[in-house]
Amino acid sequence: MSGNGDVVLIKDGKRLDGRDFDELRDIKMEVSVLERAAGSAYVEWGKNKVMVGVYGPRELHPKFLQDPTKAMLRCVYNLAPFSVDDRKKPGPDRRSVEISKVTSEALSSVVMLERFPNTVVDVFIEILQADAGTRCAGLTAASLALADAGIPMKDLIASCSAGKIQGQVVVDLMKEEDNFGECDLPMAIIPKKGEVVLLQMDGKLSRDEFKDAYKLAYDGCMKIYDLQRKTLMDSMKKFVGEGGIENGD
Amino acid sequence: MEIEGYLKKDYITNLVKQDKREDARKFDEHRKILVDNDYVKDKAPGSCFVQLGKTKVLAGISIAVGEPFSDRPNDGVMSTSTELRPMASPRFESGPPNDESIEIARVIDRGIREAGAIDTKKLLIEDNLVWIVFIDIHVLDHDGNLIDAGGIAAMSALLNTRLPKYEDGKIIYGEYSGKLPINCVPIPCTTAKIGKNLLVDPSLNEEYAMDARLTVATTDIINAMQKGGTGSFNEEEIMACVDAAFEQGNKIRKMLSTD
Repeated sequence: MSGNGDVVLIKDGKRLDGRDFDELRDIKMEVSVLERAAGSAYVEWGKNKVMVGVYGPRELHPKFLQDPTKAMLRCVYNLAPFSVDDRKKPGPDRRSVEISKVTSEALSSVVMLERFPNTVVDVFIEILQADAGTRCAGLTAASLALADAGIPMKDLIASCSAGKIQGQVVVDLMKEEDNFGECDLPMAIIPKKGEVVLLQMDGKLSRDEFKDAYKLAYDGCMKIYDLQRKTLMDSMKKFVGEGGIENGD
Repeated sequence: MEIEGYLKKDYITNLVKQDKREDARKFDEHRKILVDNDYVKDKAPGSCFVQLGKTKVLAGISIAVGEPFSDRPNDGVMSTSTELRPMASPRFESGPPNDESIEIARVIDRGIREAGAIDTKKLLIEDNLVWIVFIDIHVLDHDGNLIDAGGIAAMSALLNTRLPKYEDGKIIYGEYSGKLPINCVPIPCTTAKIGKNLLVDPSLNEEYAMDARLTVATTDIINAMQKGGTGSFNEEEIMACVDAAFEQGNKIRKMLSTD
């Protein structure tokens, strides 16, 4: 968030990639993309490419970490070394540790962890190509992968960001906008409840601008939710079509 | 799982249902804040010991010289770390930073960095050489709300930090050439959600009981936010947290001074 005023991000009322202020990038979603994982998902979001694998519920070791009242939900957000312009040193850094933490907290709000005491549900988020908004894409994909694994959830989590570029509040920042914009506001919601489970912000926003950005991010999340539902419905249709469910039951 | 938190959760949740807090505070009040600047003044160019109720943190500033980042060749550099010392809580252990301490450091860092609190443009010494400001937040006693306590301590320490003398390619320790240039004073304010209630500045027991928390760092605008915990907030609650942050931020800012 350098707020560098020299870089032109809005031209003739459109953004660099021709989008309107309230328009998301192109998004593709797919589930059951991995063989071994209990559930998996792949999301392409603009230039972002994200893959998520879910394992569990399975036994949690070391044992002292076990919670007899519920399962633990553990997330690992990992940026591949080749996913960004300057090679990222492999392994967790402070940024990815923080993102893993807020992502697992967001998912914990909907997964019915109390059904599986003493166990762990592992969610592995791999960012294969990064172009701003990776935590939103990762969380969106993680929620799909959990559903794909058949783990009971109260709802999906849908995630989208908003921000400010050249004084204008817009939805779903891409890399240039993230680098030279004035603010980034990633958000995630439980769509049915209409409540926020992930909210981070850095930059400069007045109270009124925040309200506008909140609305844009919220509406973006709802669009993502529709796509997620459609993806899961289609995967079920395919499953039934392939004889996944026996006739007569 | 932790038995103390499990038991305290019930106690606090019932208390909050009756519109009460264990220390008789109002829901929109911070605990008493005591600020002691230049706590380690003989060595650190800036430091501040803060007590937020029974929570105790010590922020120390270290200054070094080094190369700027290649994309900001004329700007000084800042870096924030938090150490949850084992003396501060039976839960804390020695060793490298865990996700909890990393989150605290990064949220405090975001508030200070994004507000432009340190005037990094004035930290250029010569071509390819800038001042580097390290903010180290030492948590000594954990009774809840480490983000606010650490953020207040860091900001107060920065307001009173001196820049060392730099001559012939060396820092001269103990001699100073002026004050660290500060533009504004961002203050973080954390609100906990317990049931349907919002409580500013949660104590440790209230943290055990909270479903979620929202930190908002403000100057005259919002500079950083972080939601934590597994619960959720609706829009109205978020705006209430934002408004509380502006109000508390203004009060706390007045308490911090430069000597």
